[in-house]
Amino acid sequence: MRLLVKGGRVIDPEAGLDEVLDILIENGKIVSVASGIPAKGIPARVGAGAGAGTGTGAGGGAGIETVDEVVDASGMIVTPGLVDMHVHLREPGREDEETIETGTAAAAAGGFTSIACMPNTTPPLDTGAFVEAVRMRAARAGLVNVFPVGAITKGLAGEELAEIGELRDAGVVGLSDDGRSVMNAEVMRRAMEYAQMFDLPVIPHCEDTNLTAGGVMNEGYMSTVLGLKGMSPAAEEAMVARDIILAELTGARLHITHVSTAGSVRLIRDAKRRGVRVTADATPHHFTLTDEAVRTYDTNTKMNPPLRTREDVEAIRMGLADGTIDAIASDHAPHTFEEKDVEYDNAPFGIIGLETSLPLALTELVGGGYLPLGELIRRMSSNPARILGLGDKKAGIVAGADADLTVIDVKREFTVDINEFRSLSRNSPFGGRRLKGQAFATIVGGRVVFKRWVAV
Amino acid sequence: MPLKSKDVLGLEDLSVEEIELILQTAEPCKQIFTRDIKKLPTLRGKTMVNLFYEPSTRTRTSFELAGKWMSADVTNIATASSSVVKGESLKDTARTLEALGANIIVIRHQMAGAPHVIARCVKASVINAGDGMHEHPTQGLLDLYTIREHKGRIAGLKVVIIGDILHSRVAKSNIWGLTKLGAEVTVCGPPTLIPQGIERMGVNVEYDLDVALRGADVVNILRIQLERQKKGLFPTIREYSRLYGVNAKRLRAARPDILVMHPGPANLGVEITGDVAEGVRSVIHEQVTNGVAVRMALLYLLSGGGASGEIAG
Repeated sequence: MRLLVKGGRVIDPEAGLDEVLDILIENGKIVSVASGIPAKGIPARVGAGAGAGTGTGAGGGAGIETVDEVVDASGMIVTPGLVDMHVHLREPGREDEETIETGTAAAAAGGFTSIACMPNTTPPLDTGAFVEAVRMRAARAGLVNVFPVGAITKGLAGEELAEIGELRDAGVVGLSDDGRSVMNAEVMRRAMEYAQMFDLPVIPHCEDTNLTAGGVMNEGYMSTVLGLKGMSPAAEEAMVARDIILAELTGARLHITHVSTAGSVRLIRDAKRRGVRVTADATPHHFTLTDEAVRTYDTNTKMNPPLRTREDVEAIRMGLADGTIDAIASDHAPHTFEEKDVEYDNAPFGIIGLETSLPLALTELVGGGYLPLGELIRRMSSNPARILGLGDKKAGIVAGADADLTVIDVKREFTVDINEFRSLSRNSPFGGRRLKGQAFATIVGGRVVFKRWVAV
Repeated sequence: MPLKSKDVLGLEDLSVEEIELILQTAEPCKQIFTRDIKKLPTLRGKTMVNLFYEPSTRTRTSFELAGKWMSADVTNIATASSSVVKGESLKDTARTLEALGANIIVIRHQMAGAPHVIARCVKASVINAGDGMHEHPTQGLLDLYTIREHKGRIAGLKVVIIGDILHSRVAKSNIWGLTKLGAEVTVCGPPTLIPQGIERMGVNVEYDLDVALRGADVVNILRIQLERQKKGLFPTIREYSRLYGVNAKRLRAARPDILVMHPGPANLGVEITGDVAEGVRSVIHEQVTNGVAVRMALLYLLSGGGASGEIAG
């Protein structure tokens, strides 16, 4: 099976690539990155072993062969496959909200070739068997790579460590009790110490739940006006600070996910300066929307951490710009229409994001002048891949690497239509929003798993 | 319809002109109280439903009487004995009420924004009778009416609101209404009961009650809920009463003609002493009476009534 991605502007910040090139793929691997690779009459085994970088890589192979499929990427950019390191697939347990099949279809449509799924399923991913079951189902769905994140504690209860060694053997790429805080600092300390021997990142949900009890939105002027119980930014920052201190103590790899406050950005920036092994991600909704969006009591603005103030949004953007925040993750959290179609207090937290993440990042961050295109790609591909330890084979456009690629039409302007989502759920606050830039095709392991039909 | 929206969900949404129109319309409504037969044909053939998810005596009865005096068919639903206990959603309940012919739905709910949910899914007019910690617009309007009735104006008055501002929907509606009409508003209470960012609503914050009362024209005293103490928001009822209880001695710092208000029901001896509540400066009972007038005015305006004055004829 040969696939040729032709005529795209290939951007791989890690490999130092930014030029119009063709990419030849054979049996799931990139074999050549060069200009003018013909669709027909290419020498067999072209470029094999040619190493990174450009060049015809003609290997003097035997015979002449033809590619099986061509993706015309002219006028578009071709990037290393995008990685979303914070996704909820809801399977097992809540297949009415999302399944591995629909979630990975949404990921593919959003331009993601790899996703990390969080363990707060029912039952939670706190044993090797459950992790293996998710991986098997993901393989059967056969769309994008799914890398499960295992639980830190048994039952996500925050009390006893899960069998982290078994989780690692089953293939987890990180540890998290996401959705819940590990409130007991002693448990968190031991988890960090223990995870270190497997070099697994610990990805805490940072929220002091004593400070947020009953809260449904950011605490501040808007919560006062709307009469909704607020969640103080201090609840997030206190835990970010605690976990940074514990990471310093233990030497563990700490990854702060869905950073939402200016104070958290400041804490992470300071910790990085001190050499603490800390990385961070932020979500598109936290760098796009403020708590003003809650004004209509639309439950699609209810998420945890909540939407914050204009100052926080600006701090997240600046944190991305200066590298304090390493990655962009969607925190894709599907819920059914019925679950969200209730009073604000009664609605569950969370919105979907796989299919709007890239367009929002392109529009708000690149369009807004916060990140050049290459840096955005780094935040959405190689950085999350590195944090999750996915190795050199993911997210790199070099000969010999897995052929995981995203073809992006950066010029495409469109209006978000929630009815077009592949996700089983529709809980997005971005319906009707005008955005610029969208995935055109997604290639996983040399196979086109998604291609957008574009009206002429 | 003289009001811009089919619903009244909060004083934040009403313009100064709309508030003035409601207050003016309430004047002839109040005159009906002096009649032997308190009845107008305005809402004949219309159905009004009081949908109360929280217990209430004065607000529910006030709406009920307002509806009846305007000749509406009035039905009360206490959710404890309704399909709500079978798990019926708020939207389903609202749609059912509309299917049963409700033209006006008055809703009280423990969750902020619940009236907004209903207002979006029915064609009937929705009146917010108090939603969580958000707003209680008809209480705000009746407070404005009462102040204006006694002081002749709102603009330039110094109004102090005392107590649990954090949880008070009455405080919120008062603040929007009073500041829109030009009063100077100070909120007073312990910092634990003052919500974040309240200054941005255009009010002063003062923790010392004696300072707050200096030169005040109006004092609106909120009910303190005893459960707040259990949640650690203040140490004891005794200490609260000592620091924030309004008594005759404290009132001497205010203007001699200060208006004492309380949305009720009052904890006598806690946030207000009995002699102040029943004293000459108190308009607490009048507030209740004015509540019916203001609600009649709202019903009249929402049902397509014209400019003020017509109603008296």
